[in-house]
Amino acid sequence: MLQRMVGAIQHRGPDGSGYHVESGVGLGHARLSIIDLAGGAQPVHNEDRTVWISYNGEVFNYVELRRLLEQRGHRFYTSTDTEVIVHLYEEFGDEFVHELNGQFAFALWDRPRRRLLLVRDRAGILPLYYARTRGGVLFASEVKALLASGQVSAELDPDGLDETFTFWAPLAPRTMFRGVAQVCPGEMVVLQGTKLERRSYWHWQFPENGTHRRAPQSQLEDELRELLADATNVRLRADVPVGAYLSGGLDSSSLVALLNRTVPEILRTFSIGFDDAGLDETEHQQRMVAHLRTVNSRVQCTLGDIAASFPNTIRHTESPILRTAPAPMRLLSALVRRSGVKVVLTGEGADEVLGGYDIFKEAKVRQFWASNPSSAWRPGLLKRLYPYLDFTSAQSAAYLKEFFGVGLDHPDDPFFSHLPRWATTAQCKLFFSDEFRARIEGSATERLRATLPDGIARWHPFNRGEYLEAHTLLPSYLLSSQGDRMLMANSVEGRFPFLDHRLIAFANALHPRYKMRVLREKHLLRQSMRADLPPSILQRAKQPYRAPDAAAFLQGAVPDYVNQLLGRDCLARYGYFDPDKVGRLVAKLSRARVPAARDNMAFVGVLSTQLWHRQFVEGRSVSDG
Amino acid sequence: MADSLRDRIQKFILENYLFTSDTSALGLDDSLLGRGIVDSTGMLEIIMFIEEQIGVTVKDEEMVPENLDSVSRIVAFVESKRKVA
Repeated sequence: MLQRMVGAIQHRGPDGSGYHVESGVGLGHARLSIIDLAGGAQPVHNEDRTVWISYNGEVFNYVELRRLLEQRGHRFYTSTDTEVIVHLYEEFGDEFVHELNGQFAFALWDRPRRRLLLVRDRAGILPLYYARTRGGVLFASEVKALLASGQVSAELDPDGLDETFTFWAPLAPRTMFRGVAQVCPGEMVVLQGTKLERRSYWHWQFPENGTHRRAPQSQLEDELRELLADATNVRLRADVPVGAYLSGGLDSSSLVALLNRTVPEILRTFSIGFDDAGLDETEHQQRMVAHLRTVNSRVQCTLGDIAASFPNTIRHTESPILRTAPAPMRLLSALVRRSGVKVVLTGEGADEVLGGYDIFKEAKVRQFWASNPSSAWRPGLLKRLYPYLDFTSAQSAAYLKEFFGVGLDHPDDPFFSHLPRWATTAQCKLFFSDEFRARIEGSATERLRATLPDGIARWHPFNRGEYLEAHTLLPSYLLSSQGDRMLMANSVEGRFPFLDHRLIAFANALHPRYKMRVLREKHLLRQSMRADLPPSILQRAKQPYRAPDAAAFLQGAVPDYVNQLLGRDCLARYGYFDPDKVGRLVAKLSRARVPAARDNMAFVGVLSTQLWHRQFVEGRSVSDG
Repeated sequence: MADSLRDRIQKFILENYLFTSDTSALGLDDSLLGRGIVDSTGMLEIIMFIEEQIGVTVKDEEMVPENLDSVSRIVAFVESKRKVA
C-alpha cells in the first residue's frame, strides 16, 4: 500500500523512494534530491533509531541548527536538513518547530511515546493531507496518494465547493474531498493512540491599532533590505542550480537584483508571455533582463496551450479553480525543469506581507468613503484603482458606489475589505443545481468568521484585510493551486523569500502607512530597493498576474473534452450544476466581445469542477472518451 | 410597443444574467444591483444592448441607477429618450 501511495506522487520526488515500517506506523517517501544528493535517502532517523521522519521541504537555517545540536552532543549520519529536525525534536520536544526557518511538511514518529506529529510550515507553502480510516490515519503530500491507498474514496465535499465559489478555494482544514483534511498552515497535528489533536504553533499576528512600531523610515528601509537580502541568501542553500521567476514586477525584480549581487554565476531567470497585450509583461521582463544581465528563458503561452493543459492542471491542483492562471505556471515549471534547474525563487508573498494588493487600496478608499457616505467624489477614487480593467473608466460614480458600497454601513466589520470580492465571486453559485444547493450546510463566510482571532476588532482595518488575505487566498490558492502544485507537477521546488517568518514579523509590526502611502502600494519595499532597480520598474503600478480564461476554450475549435463535460448529460449526471444555465453561459461567452469577469469565473469554475469529478470521483482520464 | 420593448429587455436580462427563460425569476421592478444580477462589466453589456439592439444612445451622465437599475426603469428611460428624439 505504501508503495502505491508513494507511486501516486512520484512527480514530487522522482530521484528515489524509501520506506520505514514498524509496528504501528509506516512512512514512505518520494525524494527530490536538493541537499546531500548522495546521502540523503529518507526516511531519516536519530542515533538510536527511535525517532523517524518523512519530510518534504527545506529548513534554511539547518547549518546553524546543526552546529548548535552538534555542540550539544548529537551525532549526524547525513549532511541533510532533514536530519536536523529529528535531533531538534529530541532536544526541544514539541517546541522544536519554533526553531525552524523554512518551508516544510513532515511526519515525525516518536517510537518510545508512540506518537506521530504531522507538521506544516507557517505560511502554508507545502501541503499535507490526512484522512481517518477504519485502520487508523493515512497522511500524504497530495490527496491522490491517499486515494491510491484504496482506503479513502473520492467524494466531493459540498461545503468545499461552496467555499471555492466564495474564497477561490476550500479553507484549511477543509479540502475538496469529503473526509480528507489538511494540516493548517502553522499547525501541528498530534496523533497518539486513537486521539488526534490539532495545535496551532504560529499565527499572522498584528499589533493593536495605535501600538505599531515607531522608527525613522530610513531605518526601516535599511532593515527591510537587510532582512530581504538574508531571506534570499539562505534560500540559495542547495547542492543543485537555483534560478528565479521574473514577472517584470517589483517583487521578482527585487529578488533578482538582490540575487545578482550574491551569486557569482550568471543567474537563470524564467518568464511567461501572453499573446494578449493586456496580460503580457514581456516588455518589463526584458528591461530587467537587460538591467541585470540574467539568462532568461520564456514560455509564450497561447490560448491553445491553456486549453490543452487544463485537464492535467486540475489533476495536479486536486481542486476546482475559478481562473486558468495556474495552467501557464505549470508550463513555466516544465521549462525550468527542461533547463536543468530544480529550484526557483519567486516573489510570491510580497503583496500579502508588504501591502501590494488592490483589495487593500479598495478597502482604504471605501473606509474613507464610509466616513462620509453621501460624498459623490470619494467613491470616484475607486476608478483610479482599476485602470487596467477595460471600460471601468466609462462608468459613473453612481455605479461604482453600488458595486463597492457593500458593507459601507459596517466599516468596523472584520470582513469589510473583502465583502465586495466575496459577493462578486459568490454570484458564480447561480449555476449550482437546486439539488446540489440543498446539500450545502450553513454559510462559507460565517464559518470563516468563527475562526477569526479574538483581538481582530482592535487591529487597524488595513491589518484585518492583510490577515484575511493571508488566511484565504494565499495558502489555499496562490501557494497551492498556483504554487506548489504547479511547481511540483514538474519536480521543481519553489522558494519564497518574502514569506520568511522573520520578514512577516517585521512587516506585521509596521504601521500600514509604510505599506500603502496614500494609494501607492508597497511603499517601503520601493524605497528600500531604489538603488537596485531601474525607475521604470520602481514606478510601475502593480499588474496582477492573469491568464486568458473562457476565451482559451471557446475561441476557435472547442476541445472535445469541453463539449463533453459541459454537455447536458454529463452536467446532469454529476449533479453539481444546472445544465440549462450552463448552456446559456457557454452560448453567451461564445458570442461575447468582452466577457464579464463573473461569467469568466463561473465558466472556469464549472469546467474545472467537472474535470475534478471526472478524474477523481470517476477515476477516468479525460482522453478516455 | 411598450410591451414588446419590455419583453425584449426582460428577456435579455433573464438570458444573460440569470441564464434562464423563466420570467418569474425577475420582477419588472427588481433592482439589478440590489439583487447582484449585474457586475461591473455586466452594466456595460446592458448599455451596449440598449445602444446596439434598441438603437438608443446612452450618455455618460445618463449611466445612473435611476435610469438602468430595473426592467421598468430601462423601459421608461428608453421611451423618454425616444420621445426627445
